[in-house]
Amino acid sequence: MEVNVKKIYVNEDRCLGCHLCEYYCAFAHSGQKDMVKAFSGEAKPQPRLTIEEGDSINFAVSCRHCETPLCVESCITGAMQIDEDGRVFVDESRCVGCYTCILVCPFGSVIPGKEKAIKKCDLCIESGNPACAENCPNLAIIYEERE
Amino acid sequence: MKEKMKYVIIGNSAAAIGCVSGIRTLDKVSSITLISDESHFTYSRPLISYWLKGSVTDDKMYYRNSDFYEKNTCTTLLGKKVDKIDASAKKVVLDDGNTVEYDKLLVATGSSPFVPPVEGLANAQNSFTFMTWDSVKAVKEAVSKDSKVVIMGAGLIGLKAAEGLHEVCEDITIVDLADRILPSILDKKGADFVQKHIEKEGIKFVLNDAASSVKGNTISLKSGQELTYDVLIVAVGVRPNTGLVKDAGGNVNRGVVTDNRQATTLDGVYSAGDCTESFDICTGQNKILALLPNAYMQGEIAGINMAGGDKTFDTAMPMNAIGFFGLHMITAGAMEGECLEAIDDNNYKKMYFSDGLFKGYILIGEISRAGIYTSLIREKTPMDQIDSNLLKVSPQLLVFDKKARQHKLAGGK
Amino acid sequence: MGINLYAPQYEVNRNQNKCIKCKVCKRQCANEVHSYDQELDVMVADDSKCVDCQRCVSLCPTHALSITKFKNEFKENANWTNRAITEIYKQADTGGVLLSSMGNPVPYPIYWDKLLINASQVTNPSIDPLREPMETRVQLGAKPEKLEFDKDGKLITKLAPQLSINVPIMFSAMSYGSISRNAHESLARAAQELGTCYNTGEGGLNEDFYKYGKNTIVQVASGRFGVHVGYLSAGAAIEIKMGQGAKPGIGGHLPGEKVGEDVSKTRMIPVGSDAISPAPHHDIYSIEDLRQLVFSLKEATAYTKPIIVKIAAVHNVAAIASGIARSGADIIAIDGYRGGTGAAPTRIRDNVGIPIELALASVDQRLRDEGIRNNISLVVAGSIRNSADIVKAIALGADAVYIGTSALIALGCHVCRSCHGGKCNWGIATQRPDLVKRLNPDIGYKRLINLVHAWDHEIKEMLGGMGINAIESLKGNRLMLRGIGLSQKELDILGVMHAGE
Repeated sequence: MEVNVKKIYVNEDRCLGCHLCEYYCAFAHSGQKDMVKAFSGEAKPQPRLTIEEGDSINFAVSCRHCETPLCVESCITGAMQIDEDGRVFVDESRCVGCYTCILVCPFGSVIPGKEKAIKKCDLCIESGNPACAENCPNLAIIYEERE
Repeated sequence: MKEKMKYVIIGNSAAAIGCVSGIRTLDKVSSITLISDESHFTYSRPLISYWLKGSVTDDKMYYRNSDFYEKNTCTTLLGKKVDKIDASAKKVVLDDGNTVEYDKLLVATGSSPFVPPVEGLANAQNSFTFMTWDSVKAVKEAVSKDSKVVIMGAGLIGLKAAEGLHEVCEDITIVDLADRILPSILDKKGADFVQKHIEKEGIKFVLNDAASSVKGNTISLKSGQELTYDVLIVAVGVRPNTGLVKDAGGNVNRGVVTDNRQATTLDGVYSAGDCTESFDICTGQNKILALLPNAYMQGEIAGINMAGGDKTFDTAMPMNAIGFFGLHMITAGAMEGECLEAIDDNNYKKMYFSDGLFKGYILIGEISRAGIYTSLIREKTPMDQIDSNLLKVSPQLLVFDKKARQHKLAGGK
Repeated sequence: MGINLYAPQYEVNRNQNKCIKCKVCKRQCANEVHSYDQELDVMVADDSKCVDCQRCVSLCPTHALSITKFKNEFKENANWTNRAITEIYKQADTGGVLLSSMGNPVPYPIYWDKLLINASQVTNPSIDPLREPMETRVQLGAKPEKLEFDKDGKLITKLAPQLSINVPIMFSAMSYGSISRNAHESLARAAQELGTCYNTGEGGLNEDFYKYGKNTIVQVASGRFGVHVGYLSAGAAIEIKMGQGAKPGIGGHLPGEKVGEDVSKTRMIPVGSDAISPAPHHDIYSIEDLRQLVFSLKEATAYTKPIIVKIAAVHNVAAIASGIARSGADIIAIDGYRGGTGAAPTRIRDNVGIPIELALASVDQRLRDEGIRNNISLVVAGSIRNSADIVKAIALGADAVYIGTSALIALGCHVCRSCHGGKCNWGIATQRPDLVKRLNPDIGYKRLINLVHAWDHEIKEMLGGMGINAIESLKGNRLMLRGIGLSQKELDILGVMHAGE
């Protein structure tokens, strides 16, 4: 398995707390091509990251795609998995929303879904281009390999 | 130069699968044989109530992808029971007379439902336990829309059974000797909070009471009250399956005794999962910590050590995540020490502190990011190293100072 | 007191069909214009606070916002314009001097736009800058009368220290205090990579920036903020600021709100105190005094660094420049009346000083007439907006230009002219840490480099078009320019012929 998988890193010195990453993340997973349409219904799309806001400090927290992911080890259905590229992802069709992963994730990266399955960062596997990093106006979110 | 080993695993659930993964990180060539008295491909035991409810179909019951055994080169002997372990000869004897030799053995036999010695209960009509997929298949056959169901036990299993059955039938009564539901994870106030929510679904509770005898379709309770039933579910507790190890001469308390490398006192024999005793880092005591995450991790550590590695599992602690009818609760640690509470109509929160440490918590309703709390308890992070005021507001990484935070988020290990 | 006569100047137009209520406009407006009405589930705006900085417009993910002039009109009056009337309301309200930021916005003639550049055809072939070497490097400093060599061909003449820059473009003086630390970092890093210089302005130099010293011009202004021996040695050149285009005749003013810990340390003044630079240098009351200061600075830096004297373009700028050229200074920087500023009294900014185009032409001509043009290099500023302005400036006699406003626009400035309030939404003209964060130097410095590279390429194209392959050949070459729509007088001052002649 790849040790140095590309991950999302947030620089809290550059994060402005503007929340655009949150909206672009939700939009990227909404299945819609138009952002206005994506947010126009009653059921708003869900982001896969959480923004922490403190006294003049802000940063987004998303799945760290740990090498030894506690969520994968704890998942009662086997829905939470890690692929050969080191990406931790959830098979939403197998997730029953028991929230054991939320119980164990030390970063609080797993988000209760509005429907059954939990939501978590999947590094935008469909496009291969994480929407948060792509759209951060201040380059506070970087998608890269690190030691 | 690694010689080929024979790994044998008694069991086919979380601990067993964890063991397979653990072995295969170090040894990709030796044979692994899994022996289970159940005849199914490894399936997720907690999902049986969801299956009963109809929200999980047959194909979604399995704990791993269908090519798991193949990819990990495992042989399975399903529907076979192990009668005894011959520790000196290093072989196990099956109920059909066959033997299987091993170099390293994992005992992951889990636990069995406990049927209390209530008069008439052992042979009661339409009585079921709630442990295996097969037993739940039988329940499904037996139950219909108009069935009157009585469940003995208002613990995790009993309530999940109720949730599963509620899809089909309306008349469900749950009986428990304790003064509250979910006595193993919630305090009285929290339990009442959850009970109110479940009662809105029409489910009835009889607490501080227990069956004294069962005759025909009637259960007589100690209080004198009588309940008639069509289907009876016995979910008062489980007992670890320690027989095999005990008979083989291994050390056994309430559960199989292991060191922190998951080795039993029998040479070459390891044990993991619900059948074992674990060292609870929160209370400093050995106890049964029958939780799926613990089972898997213990199994994995056992597997690594069986394959020649050297790893320990020393972060076992009580923790639970469960939900009933849309109300979720997450609890972890030991509920002892100074308690801070925040309770309103929709949310229930209790946090326990002592000796400068965060010891335990109960969250009902709002459970987001609870894992941050869990990690502080697991790592025994001193409260003076973090912003404990912020911690009491909600779980957040801002409780750590910048350096600690960046260290955590940078590595992600 | 009484009715608020000062109506909103701008209005926020929100297309509610496109608004997804992401609230980025609310989160990012330092003027607190936008807010979310929970009850009605709709975003609303308080137009009276809007300064048209365009931050919300740029960030809105669905382009739901636009800012326009508040649709409110006084009766048409060419004399009593909206501006003339509302400025009186303001002063009747406050009793104060009107303050403005950035450069003169009044529609005086822009001479750059009335000058046309030559191109070669037929007789003198043009040069393709992509195929042939073009020299845009410039050496700024005093040039010797002649060069003497010994019998082995080695140079005997001692050269005055030169400021060598790769492009004829430097970043103008903008003080730390008026602009943010991140803006300074962007300028410093860009200057370093471009091989040119940026200017500290009168705010002193933070120690963390000493590493960019080779690309830094340190300024000595009338307030002498942050001036000590280490400061002087750190830079590649020293600039004595006698005046500034935006506010000739008066000193600088940094309001106390913008003087935090770091600014205080760098300027060597107490936290929270107003930083007021006096109008004159109190040790310079004559040209001889200036010469004395020039040589003190040279002594202090062992004659290793060129000394720049910066003046504002005023009526007798030519005579002043002549004096400076004889004072021992190596470079004269002239700042025209369109120059930007963090804060200046409106009346002075809009009415005092003269256009840089005219000042440049007259200074260059005067120095040539007196035979002292080679004593100094000329650097001009005061609204250089594009590469054509630069080519024209060089043709009129400049060695190089300073860019200020253009550089800030590259960093994101929308010229909303609210710098003096200290709430710059782009992180440029502010000291508030939450706002300064918005200017990421990693992004900023790249944008500056892009801008200068683009202009350098365009300059080469225009030079090539003229059949010239070096800046030196364009310098003061008035024949390469023609005027259009200019009076004879203007043509005479500029020293160019009319188009068609």
